[in-house]
Amino acid sequence: MAATEIARQAGEGARAVPLAGHVGFDSMPDQLVNKSVNHGFCFNILCVGETGLGKSTLMDTLFNTKFEGEPTQHNQPGVQLKSNTYELQESNVRLKLTVVNTVGFGDQINKEDSYKSIVEFIDTQFEAYLQEELKIKRTLHSYHDTRIHACLYFIAPTGHSLKSLDLVTMKKLDSKVNIIPIIAKSDAISKSELTKFKIKITSELVSNGVQIYQFPTDDETVAEINSTMNGHLPFAVVGSTEEVKIGNKMVKARQYPWGTVQVENESHCDFVKLREMLIRVNMEDLREQTHTRHYELYRRCKLEEMGFKDTDPDCKPFSLQETYEAKRNEFMGDLQKKEEEMRQMFVQRVKEKEAELKEAEKELHEKFDRLKKLHQDEKKKLEDKKKSLDDELNGFKQKKTAAELLQSQAQQAGGSTTLKRDKERKN
Amino acid sequence: MIERPESTVASIARNLEGYVGFANLPNQVYRKSVKRGFEFTLMVVGESGLGKSTLINSLFLTDLYSKDYPGPSLRIKKTVQVEQSKVLVKEGGVQLTLTIVDTPGFGDAVDNSNCWQPVINFIDSKCEDFLNAESRVNRRLMPDNRVHCCLYFIAPSGHGLKPLDIEFMKRLHDKVNVIPLIAKADTLTPEECQLFKKQIMKEIQEHKIRIYEFPDAEDDEDSKLIRKIKERMPLAVVGSNVVIEVNGKKVRGRQYPWGVAEVENGEHCDFTVLRNMLIRTHMQDLKDVTNNVHYENYRSKKLAAVTCNGGVDTSKTKNQMTRSPLAQMEEERREHVMKMKKMETEMEQVFEMKVKEKKQKLKDSEAELERRHEQMKKNLEVQYKELEEKRRHHEEERCNWEAQQRILEQQKLDASKTMEKNKKKGKIF
Repeated sequence: MAATEIARQAGEGARAVPLAGHVGFDSMPDQLVNKSVNHGFCFNILCVGETGLGKSTLMDTLFNTKFEGEPTQHNQPGVQLKSNTYELQESNVRLKLTVVNTVGFGDQINKEDSYKSIVEFIDTQFEAYLQEELKIKRTLHSYHDTRIHACLYFIAPTGHSLKSLDLVTMKKLDSKVNIIPIIAKSDAISKSELTKFKIKITSELVSNGVQIYQFPTDDETVAEINSTMNGHLPFAVVGSTEEVKIGNKMVKARQYPWGTVQVENESHCDFVKLREMLIRVNMEDLREQTHTRHYELYRRCKLEEMGFKDTDPDCKPFSLQETYEAKRNEFMGDLQKKEEEMRQMFVQRVKEKEAELKEAEKELHEKFDRLKKLHQDEKKKLEDKKKSLDDELNGFKQKKTAAELLQSQAQQAGGSTTLKRDKERKN
Repeated sequence: MIERPESTVASIARNLEGYVGFANLPNQVYRKSVKRGFEFTLMVVGESGLGKSTLINSLFLTDLYSKDYPGPSLRIKKTVQVEQSKVLVKEGGVQLTLTIVDTPGFGDAVDNSNCWQPVINFIDSKCEDFLNAESRVNRRLMPDNRVHCCLYFIAPSGHGLKPLDIEFMKRLHDKVNVIPLIAKADTLTPEECQLFKKQIMKEIQEHKIRIYEFPDAEDDEDSKLIRKIKERMPLAVVGSNVVIEVNGKKVRGRQYPWGVAEVENGEHCDFTVLRNMLIRTHMQDLKDVTNNVHYENYRSKKLAAVTCNGGVDTSKTKNQMTRSPLAQMEEERREHVMKMKKMETEMEQVFEMKVKEKKQKLKDSEAELERRHEQMKKNLEVQYKELEEKRRHHEEERCNWEAQQRILEQQKLDASKTMEKNKKKGKIF
């Protein structure tokens, strides 16, 4: 067999070489894009907020379509998450959009556990992906990703500050999902109040250590716009699916007696900014962050929980095979031990029972030995009695015979005496 | 209180009533990919002297192998080696980290059995690295060093595939994308080339070798192009490091006394087809197929070996494949628990049965002994009764006899008295 020589690299790392002409690999991004377009895109949004803050309306407005669902009542017993998946298409781009709504959030008297079902839902999606990734035969390429890519957190337009429920929930969610806080129904707040409100919210978030999603500024093409937008967070939005005629155009708006709030007017609200940031500029980044940051964190915690490590006590790296094999051996050993234990227990029981039964047997034998002895005694007594009776009988017989003999003798003698007397008389 | 969310995987189609903006997604993807940069690993396999290094230089229009970095074929080696060279090339703002893997010594020995083994080992080791990196607890951005494409150089004999060619391709076709090429195609006339190609394709099909297949395109134009490429397989290529002037144009080619064989002339050879296909249109697909098919094959085989130790029956393995090794262990644990329960109940049953048997036996022997004892007792009693009877009888008899005796005695006494009297009286006579 030909000997193997492991690869030697011609120089560490890559050296840059000039090209003498157009090779053509600058089409790589296009190739990649074409493939993604053919495959279709997928995006999952989670809307968290109290009932009645206009979550569904905002979704409808953002995606210019009417999604499912009727307005929910306030009497839900707990927080439920309802998700719906939609297939949208714009020019040649297909998007599988999943909108998850929290129903009943903030309606209960005791809201301590409100965040739990949300956290559980997010974790469930991570878990499903992790399970798929760990399978032996897996189909990651065609797997429908259900992980939450963006969480829109709806803040009630009180104008003062964040509610404690908001802080608690966002704190629990910030390490699991990209949080984008938005001020809902912001047409209830005046401009000056709004600025103060935004500043208050941002400072509260910072002081409580809540990490909200920051639009990325590392790519030069979008760095500028992203950093500007970062300064406008949280976005104050208004949603509406009704159209009102302004000038000679039909625009989405909310009509009040004192005026009309135009959704897409940037001086009226930040809706356009939100749409810009969420959909047009950073959708892909949100997805990437979910996968490389939040999912990896979840995965790491889960694997560590299960006892996986990257290095053994000697700080040498484990190979996957070793880890699995070690786990498997441990597991098998465990099972075998359990089996042994059970067997031992049975052996013990059998021994005990055997001893018991032997005892009983012994007792029984003893009892019968006693009885036997008794019986023998009785028999002996009987024998004795028999013997004595026999003796008596014999004695009596002898006596009788003797007496009879005597009698007969006496008779004879008596007879002879009578004869003698008779004889004498005659004489 | 916490309820499961109802998710409809069956999605509903919706029409948009206005511009939303996610049509910009492709641009976002484009932007990010350019920022990330690309990587590609190309492997060339073939006997020495088939022009592999020259072809690489021609493909990438660079002197990958030059005087400073001589190609592996210029070095003398005794055994098959696997060597990789990494270069960074830039074009149009796109960065590509290109890794060329060469296999000097392949097929050069007298005895070439297993000369493919180092190649297989290399490919597997790259897959293993990726698998380990992917399976770490702390994962970082993993570089993709897996072999994405293997160009196999066939010597232009004009006759058919050599046994070594067939053997190699058969062993590697499910580990890497294999693209067979006819090397130094300028030694074949077009007709010879056609025949040669037909022969090769026939042999490839006969031996069920799965070479890289071009995916079907969406629109008709691309489909036509792809069909054209498929008809020309395997591609006959010519490479050259030299630029020659032909008709006022500078072209890469090989100068012969009878003319110039141009590398990039479609009528002279299939080089442009190769370059277009390999670099300009299907580079990404080659990477995807490596990731989704070849790597997954390797991975599932590797993990299956870990979890299914020893002999397995096929029906069980099928089920195990759809689970992760951990879930597999969970399942086995559950099975084991059930098995133990069953064993426990069985042992209980046997135990109970034996105890019952033994108890029954004891009872039986107890009953038997009781019975015998009773019988003996009865026996004794009967004898006693008999004895009593006898005694009574005897007593009666004796009483009677004694009574009789007494009467007799009395009579005797009376008689003797009378005799006395008579005797006295008798004297008077």
